[in-house]
Amino acid sequence: MIPRELKQMHFGKDLLGIKQLDAEQIQYILEIASGMKVLVQAPNKKSPHLQGKSIITLFYENSTRTRMSFELAAKYMGGTAANISVSTSSVAKGETLIDTGRTLDMMGTDIIIIRHSCSGAPKLLADNVKAAVINAGDGMNEHPTQALLDAYTIYEKKGGFEGLKVAIAGDIRHSRVARSNIYALTKLGAKVYLAAPPTLMPPGIERTGAIVARGVDEAVEGADVVMGLRIQSERQQGAMIPGIREYARFHGIGEERLALAKKDVLLMHPGPVNRGTELTSAIVDGDRSVINEQVMNGVAVRMALLYVFTRGGRYGNVD
Amino acid sequence: MGMLIKSGHVVDPANGLDGIYDILIEGVVIKEVAPSIDSIGMEEVDAGGLHVFPGFFDAHCHLREPGYEYKEDIESGTKAAAAGGFTSVACMPNTNPVADNDSVIRLILDRASEKGCVKVYPIGSITKGSEGTRLAEMGFMKQAGAVAVSDDGKPVESADIMKKALEYASGFGLPVISHCEEMSLSEGGAMNDGFVSTSLGLKGIPAAAEEIQVARDVLLSECTGVPVHIAHISTGGSAGIIRAAKARGVRVTCETCPHYFSLTEDECEGFNPYAKVNPPLRNEKDRLAVIEALRDGTVDFIATDHAPHHEDEKNVEFQFAANGISGFETAFSAAYTNLVMTGAISLGRLVDLMSRLPARFLNRYTGGLRPGAPADLTIADLSAAITVDSSKFLSKGRNTPFNGKQLHGRILMTIVNGGTAYRRDK
Repeated sequence: MIPRELKQMHFGKDLLGIKQLDAEQIQYILEIASGMKVLVQAPNKKSPHLQGKSIITLFYENSTRTRMSFELAAKYMGGTAANISVSTSSVAKGETLIDTGRTLDMMGTDIIIIRHSCSGAPKLLADNVKAAVINAGDGMNEHPTQALLDAYTIYEKKGGFEGLKVAIAGDIRHSRVARSNIYALTKLGAKVYLAAPPTLMPPGIERTGAIVARGVDEAVEGADVVMGLRIQSERQQGAMIPGIREYARFHGIGEERLALAKKDVLLMHPGPVNRGTELTSAIVDGDRSVINEQVMNGVAVRMALLYVFTRGGRYGNVD
Repeated sequence: MGMLIKSGHVVDPANGLDGIYDILIEGVVIKEVAPSIDSIGMEEVDAGGLHVFPGFFDAHCHLREPGYEYKEDIESGTKAAAAGGFTSVACMPNTNPVADNDSVIRLILDRASEKGCVKVYPIGSITKGSEGTRLAEMGFMKQAGAVAVSDDGKPVESADIMKKALEYASGFGLPVISHCEEMSLSEGGAMNDGFVSTSLGLKGIPAAAEEIQVARDVLLSECTGVPVHIAHISTGGSAGIIRAAKARGVRVTCETCPHYFSLTEDECEGFNPYAKVNPPLRNEKDRLAVIEALRDGTVDFIATDHAPHHEDEKNVEFQFAANGISGFETAFSAAYTNLVMTGAISLGRLVDLMSRLPARFLNRYTGGLRPGAPADLTIADLSAAITVDSSKFLSKGRNTPFNGKQLHGRILMTIVNGGTAYRRDK
């Protein structure tokens, strides 16, 4: 299930972002994930890799797929998974993140999976706990496990990254998914094109190595991968865009725009999709869409990450 | 009672001093400054190989008392000031309660005379509660001892109120110190707007948030003909607006702080909450522009904006961390290292920027190192290379992005009114 030929590699205690990884480390996680995917698709989903390990998901923001896929990943591998949500814990009573982290540490937690609305919160937690910390999305900073599952999906379908044109369209400014994907895909050798209304494009983003397209058409034209991002309704109240109708017309992607891309383009979206806003229903459900496969790959990638990070960030043939 | 400071390299441009002198202190005043003074049995301080400066004057700091004594109080704050070479400090009114009336001003002065080891000059607020709506009682506050007014910590958002404040304060000869920040641009921001904020996923505060209000206040000063002082400028754009205004005769003055000419937004990397300050650390271009503005006289003096905080207010999510830097104990070293050692300005100019010029701005200049003047001076070892260790600060606030950094120049002794306010342990 796990490729035997992989040599040992060190990742450090925590997974805080893609920024900390190099191309070789990313590839390595994708290799392990391909082994794990076999397990996800098996009739009896059980392996002993996480036996005796405890995993806690600490979510300060809502999530369905990320949280669920981490919990299932842990359970498929025989780990103990528990979750804390803001409303039911002492977080609501004003306990600090550091105090919450130390409490979990004392309960013998091996991995804390954290989602937080503040950029940098996972690092603050990681600096103050013995447990490994995996960032499941922090503010507008990073969402590394999403980027890894996206990279895995592309890798599986395209066999590699070198020279691929990837278009990311939508609210780049507020998107941690966009940032992590930019870091991952540029490191892996893809050319990343960004499209957004100027109010939703963050300053200096071109310094990451991504290319700011003049419009969504330029980004999508000839692309191997097109990634839509969720437009959040609260952004409209901030006068970032005048409204959904205009956004869908000038920045959304439908059949016509997608036809500008290569014939075998992959259509991706981190979910949940606003149908008819950033992507039309026709293409979400169309034959170029891999949005549902992304979800399955999310479980495989998170299994790989739980495996690596319950072993002190080490993995390899040390029997 | 007296003290003789022997053989120090005395630098005080206002009195034409730049050479080896002895300084004789008698009681609270300087008795004599001469190439050689014979000891007649008083306490002697050997300043051979060291520099002697007129005591520094900080026109912008936060002593936190009353109300926030867990961050700092007048006793710890003035000790920290003395350790930084300051003999006088002017403290901002954003205490609890706000220093918006004469009784709080009197309380601060009472506490300072009981517990303070340097001279403390309170600054009153511009508006009641610093809420930006009704003018505070500037006349009563001045009578009680306030040396200026400011709503520092937040801007006076209404241009109309600011205009009235400038006019009204001018009737009492009170300087108005303006914290410039267009809130609609800065709200929710945690650091400078730019590549680093994009990379960390933090909401940025654009330079224009500061510059729009700098421009507004310049125009208000111009149309009323009364002076305005801009606090803590951090951008090249602010310097440019003020330079142009001064050139056409507008009565605008400004200050900047050591962190704006020493550090950049890069310090925020890794979500370092100690680099979080308002206005935020800017980019390298701004840093160099601020240095140029210090060099060409656009910036009138250096202030610390000493803003001590409790560890619990900093060791949290970056977005939630308090703004501010504990600045007294690194100000001189940072300025000496980044302005004088780099050749941007002379040592004499730095001494002026940190002592005579801020004191004169608040109408508290006492003459520097000249016979008859109060014996306020500081002794420094410019050859010392130091690694900043905030755990050794005398301030309760250990919040500084300079921690662990290499700086040059160390304050060894500070004398206030002829008495030793600080002496570094051997």
